[in-house]
Amino acid sequence: MSIDTKGAGAADDRGTGTTGTLVAAPSRTLSAGLGARGVVSPRGDAGRNRGFSRGPSFWMAVPALAFFAVFAILPLFGVVILSFMSWDGLGTPQWTGLDNWTRTLAAPDTARAAWLSLVLMVLTWAIQAPLSLLIGVFIAGQQRYRSFLSLLYFLPLVLSAAATAIAFKSLLDPNFGMGASLGVDVLSQDWLGNPNLAFAVVLFVIAWSFVPFHSLLYQAGVRQIPRMFYEAAMIDGASGWKQFWMITIPQLRYTMVTSSTLMLVGSLTYFDLIYVLTAGGPGTATRILPLDMYLVGFRSFDMGRASVIAVILVAVGLGLSLALNRMSGANRMESQMEGA
Amino acid sequence: MTLTKKRRAIPLTLAAVSALVLTACGSSGPGSAGGGGGGGGSDTASAWALTGGVHEVMWDESFKTWNEENADAKVDVQWFANDAYKEKIRTSMGAGTGPSLVFSWGGGPLRDYVDSDKVVDLTEGAADLVDRVFPSVAEGGMVDGKVYAVPNSQTQPELVYYNKDLFDQVGAEVPTTWSEVMDLIPKFKEAGVAPFAVAGASKWPELIWLQYMTDRVGGPEAFGKVMAQEPDSWSDPAFVEALTKIQDLVKAGGFQEGFGSTVADTRADAALVHTGKAAMLLQGSWVFSSFAQDAPEMVENDRIGFFPFPAVEGGKGDPANVVGNPSNYWSLNSNASEEVQEQMTTYLNEYVFNEQYTTTLLDGGGVPPVVGIEERLADTEHGDFLTFAYSLVEDAPSFTLSWDQALPAAQAQELLTNIDRIFLLEITPEEFVANMNATL
Repeated sequence: MSIDTKGAGAADDRGTGTTGTLVAAPSRTLSAGLGARGVVSPRGDAGRNRGFSRGPSFWMAVPALAFFAVFAILPLFGVVILSFMSWDGLGTPQWTGLDNWTRTLAAPDTARAAWLSLVLMVLTWAIQAPLSLLIGVFIAGQQRYRSFLSLLYFLPLVLSAAATAIAFKSLLDPNFGMGASLGVDVLSQDWLGNPNLAFAVVLFVIAWSFVPFHSLLYQAGVRQIPRMFYEAAMIDGASGWKQFWMITIPQLRYTMVTSSTLMLVGSLTYFDLIYVLTAGGPGTATRILPLDMYLVGFRSFDMGRASVIAVILVAVGLGLSLALNRMSGANRMESQMEGA
Repeated sequence: MTLTKKRRAIPLTLAAVSALVLTACGSSGPGSAGGGGGGGGSDTASAWALTGGVHEVMWDESFKTWNEENADAKVDVQWFANDAYKEKIRTSMGAGTGPSLVFSWGGGPLRDYVDSDKVVDLTEGAADLVDRVFPSVAEGGMVDGKVYAVPNSQTQPELVYYNKDLFDQVGAEVPTTWSEVMDLIPKFKEAGVAPFAVAGASKWPELIWLQYMTDRVGGPEAFGKVMAQEPDSWSDPAFVEALTKIQDLVKAGGFQEGFGSTVADTRADAALVHTGKAAMLLQGSWVFSSFAQDAPEMVENDRIGFFPFPAVEGGKGDPANVVGNPSNYWSLNSNASEEVQEQMTTYLNEYVFNEQYTTTLLDGGGVPPVVGIEERLADTEHGDFLTFAYSLVEDAPSFTLSWDQALPAAQAQELLTNIDRIFLLEITPEEFVANMNATL
């Protein structure tokens, strides 16, 4: 199995629940060890031996499962229950039935936030996927200055979202930002104050922060493609362009699935960057669903309604990653590489 | 420096980090009450206070003095940044593990605490302290006529700052009425200067405009009805008139280009005024210290002036009325043991705004809401400004708490979003009224 497919497999499990790998993935060293213990034990019956040698005991997954249950499943149930209650964070939660759900689904701010989230999801993918593919392929090559350039590309990766947002906020200030200090009037737009521009700026800053990570994925993917494919293609007289379309792209299939899943599902959780950059403003121009959830929960102290939004986000995120995996067949975790 | 508005001026990193932590725990489940430092119910008194500015020095000194003089009843003080505190306190009060002394801004959150029996009635216990401060300021800590919170910091009226150099340049006089303000707009625009600076990205500075304008047009009664949560109370004609006047000002180019990108946290609005890019700024009294720090030579040479919000012709409101933040407040946690409650009541009554407390605040450039200190104010470093701000509060027939503090949290959020959209000209005054009526 190549690193490439393992990468896709890991993402697949992250999307559908962490338990998959832990239970199913056979580890050669572990099963060998357990198998040996089975042999050593006198009168060990064959059935049990076979059971051991098939994989590690289920019990080895228990710590991880327990962790997952306590910190993910349990709070999730709490949120679902809370979505049917009215709670301001101070008093005792009261049952209100479906009231939160009807109010949330009727709230214009939330409806707009859902629409914005969808637009954001599609656009971030449309911007980032081609960009990171191209950069990834480029830095996996042998060009001059490659390592220097990759270093530059990866710089945003080491900055925290809050730091990035604060830096961009200062740079984009129309009166004291880069436009004013460089004397370039075109740069002195009302970047974060004009509703249309602000959304574009958010898209740009998100791409700026996340393209490096996805480029890294693609770079790793490209490096795993056996050289002999290209050698054979060259002998057949294929051009560089053709090699890219006929070899590189098909071989990167699982990397694309991984990267796209991370992009699409990840876009449902963008919060810190936008919160610091615009706090959802101007007006409601960049108030996407996770931000709406936060503002409803921790600014308006309407925990019930915030829980409704949280449940919706979880459902959409889970559905999305499941669907992506089904569609792409990545859940079968097969290597496409002959002889690799 | 203030607390109330300062809470927005805190490094946002902290806010973002705490937000992440909070959302990470299932986004809204009853968060674990932040451990540290003796919660209610224990035998040790604790206080959660806010960092930054003169208040930090003042509280620190005050608690140290108390701890020295009362070795058997020490207060354990923990310090927080503004935004981080706001979220933490709510969760820990909900879980019953809050500190004995609870810091608040009065208004909606205080009412929530009272409704949930989280804080103690201080009407009798802190009577002496209440006598020391302005009645209009003490009122900010009252709910239904009872004292549940007592002032603990400087008073923060909102007012107009102006750049005297720019006023001289265009030959402008300090406006005392709204039409005089509107007459000034083209003068400044001709000179290539923005008439007003406003930090639109922070939203709440836009709200100051609505607060003053409504008060001047219709008096404090218009918003009083909203506070009483009367149905359709936003339909009071004062709101539409005030909103229309604001939009007229926006359309006339009354604010700097791209005001929606200007952030109050970075003091960019004050910077526009002292760098000569904008002539006037409607902001809180705490901004004066930004001027003093960022443009000391202008303040020393008396080039930064200040005046109260002008009267509106035909308006019902008294031009002496003030809006802003009367003060910040201490409440006593009902979860604290009786012994601690007794000790802390003594602390509040005898140590808050005592001689030392007031002196520290004066030295740091704050305006103590304490009765009868006019002479001492004049002797301080920025005596002119402090005396002006002090008399603004002392002479005010009414001191309205910032609306985003006064209203219940959900309505306050809606209000901030809608006033932002008024400034962006995205909605009409009538739509604003309809949106806000829907929150009642």
